[in-house]
Amino acid sequence: MSERTSRIGAAFDKARADGRALLVGCMPAGFPTVEGSIAAMKAMVAAGVDVIEVEIPYSDPVMDGPVIQRASDIALAGGVRTRDTLRVIEAVAATGAPVVTMTYWNPIEHYGVDAFARDLAAAGGTGLVTPDLIPEEAGEWLAASDAHGLDRTFLVAPSSTDQRLAMTAAHCRGFVYATAIMGVTGARSQTSQAAPVLVSRLREVTDLPVGVGLGVGTGAQAATVAGYADAVIVGSALIRCLLDASDEASGLAALRALSAELAEGVRQPDR
Amino acid sequence: MSADATKSEVPAQLPDAAGHFGTFGGRFVPEALVAALDELATAHQAAMADETFRDEFAGLLRQYAGTPSLLYEARRFSAQAGARVLLKREDLNHTGAHKVRNVLGQALLTRRMGKRRVIAETGAGQHGVATATAAALFDLECVVYMGQVDTERQALNVARMRMLGATVVPVTTGSRTLKDAMNEAMRDWVANVDETHYLIGTAAGPHPFPALVRDFVRGIGDEARAQCLELTGGLPDAVTACVGGGSNALGIFHAFTGDPQVRLYGFEAGGEGMGTGRHAASITGGSTGVLHGTRTFVLQDDDGQTRESHSISAGLDYPGVGPEHAWLHDTGRASYQPVTDAEAMAAFELLCRTEGIIPAIESAHALAGTLAIAPKLAAELGRQPTIVVNLSGRGDKDVHTAGEYFGILDKE
Repeated sequence: MSERTSRIGAAFDKARADGRALLVGCMPAGFPTVEGSIAAMKAMVAAGVDVIEVEIPYSDPVMDGPVIQRASDIALAGGVRTRDTLRVIEAVAATGAPVVTMTYWNPIEHYGVDAFARDLAAAGGTGLVTPDLIPEEAGEWLAASDAHGLDRTFLVAPSSTDQRLAMTAAHCRGFVYATAIMGVTGARSQTSQAAPVLVSRLREVTDLPVGVGLGVGTGAQAATVAGYADAVIVGSALIRCLLDASDEASGLAALRALSAELAEGVRQPDR
Repeated sequence: MSADATKSEVPAQLPDAAGHFGTFGGRFVPEALVAALDELATAHQAAMADETFRDEFAGLLRQYAGTPSLLYEARRFSAQAGARVLLKREDLNHTGAHKVRNVLGQALLTRRMGKRRVIAETGAGQHGVATATAAALFDLECVVYMGQVDTERQALNVARMRMLGATVVPVTTGSRTLKDAMNEAMRDWVANVDETHYLIGTAAGPHPFPALVRDFVRGIGDEARAQCLELTGGLPDAVTACVGGGSNALGIFHAFTGDPQVRLYGFEAGGEGMGTGRHAASITGGSTGVLHGTRTFVLQDDDGQTRESHSISAGLDYPGVGPEHAWLHDTGRASYQPVTDAEAMAAFELLCRTEGIIPAIESAHALAGTLAIAPKLAAELGRQPTIVVNLSGRGDKDVHTAGEYFGILDKE
């Protein structure tokens, strides 16, 4: 199943050829508004973010820390719907940057798994990152992603056994998401020691690109992670640029500046 | 099977190895928790097969929790109900509810896994107090997550937990109630899973929690079944319980699931009425979905976002329900009906005045539901029915809420 062509594979191939990692920037759809989130994501692309990860806001995001939760709450309070998320994906995909979608499972199950896969593919999305769906529960999604040619990224963690790493990677298409620390999302002053170990364990069992997330907030950290990972995934630090800003213009300016710093980082991997 | 058997036969063993009850249950969790859930499932299986563990658990239940709890024939309440009502007096247990059974079992399991720290979520504070109690007894570090809204309306229970040595963390995210406390406990668990056990308060959450909580509380039904046979010479016509997450109901239902002549009724919190949308009846007023690691019935909007639940009873104020109840509903083995705040409070008052027992408002939902089904059951059977009601907790914690509801508090 995983041999099917990945929608995001070409971007990883090119980055590898250039001797660098991809920068994946995450932002909830509808935060601070639907239009505002599109503007933010386009600004990130313009400033050097390679891949946009659009998060579908969810009422109970157990894998996320306070920053993403706050942004999600703001988006939901603003009335964002799942179909708005598809509109955001379509608008951002039009820039030419690959757009992955991160979502907790219930909104997809409620939309209808096959219907969502169909609409996501039509909007130009590459696939889903599913933080609370493990392959054992993913039968419907495996079928729908095959039917509509979408990538699927499951998460692995430092606590995953070798057997589970292999099993999970075997169900991924596109890339594998390595959660670098045992904990929720959020920028940290130090990224984890466990991350390089986890990535090298993954390399033993899969040839798929590996994205590392959770905790990156500076260009230097991005360079460190780029030294061993194929993609550096940044969420909370980018979102905080908008949360902490006094107005939209200064928020976008801060977002552009951090995006550029991180983009610089992934181009200078510490190897 | 014959009605005079003293032990119920266990029906088809559920959940399956992956934690499914039919299409319900399972594990919808971050991968980071899978290793801990596997460890817990293995420890649970081994513990249940280990006679030493079972003996120690039974000893604690008997000597510390005060079980078996009485099965009491409530004659004056029965006269009002038009049924022979037998109350399973879980309110008499140490800490005042059935929940002590679950926390003692899980605390033993925590020790068996070599962990030193427990975390818990709590709504009204009952499960938090029970967990803090077990943590004190087993010398475990204890952190309880509680929505900020709840810490304010249940200040007394916050103080109780602190007296018992627990740290209470007010949760300020989302709706600041039980579901958010559960989110926060899950987050803590992901970050500290090596040394921490998440001592979940009801038969919900990812596998193996629904199965292991059920196993620790199923003594309620085993006792009630034997007591009913001894007291009446037969099985009851119906067994009733309130359902929030659903541990007390599963605890009393389970021994009877293999007795087809015994009807099982779960009463959900109908809040201000099903038509108002302000309720906590996940089965009768919700739809299937995934919440807190399991597929079950959930109160949710058209996009699968969790809706806030409403009930006068904090213990039933949860927008999901344990997956085994979803399955019992789906198969028709148990029947679920909503009971409004007003109906529950009328039954609360009736039990106070007829029996001198102040029930938990949660349990008052079971009493109200019993009053509602008794005449129908009598008509159907052509005789007075015998109904076992799980009086799952006592009402001390609800004195303020009930006092306000009935307008009997002196003005300050």
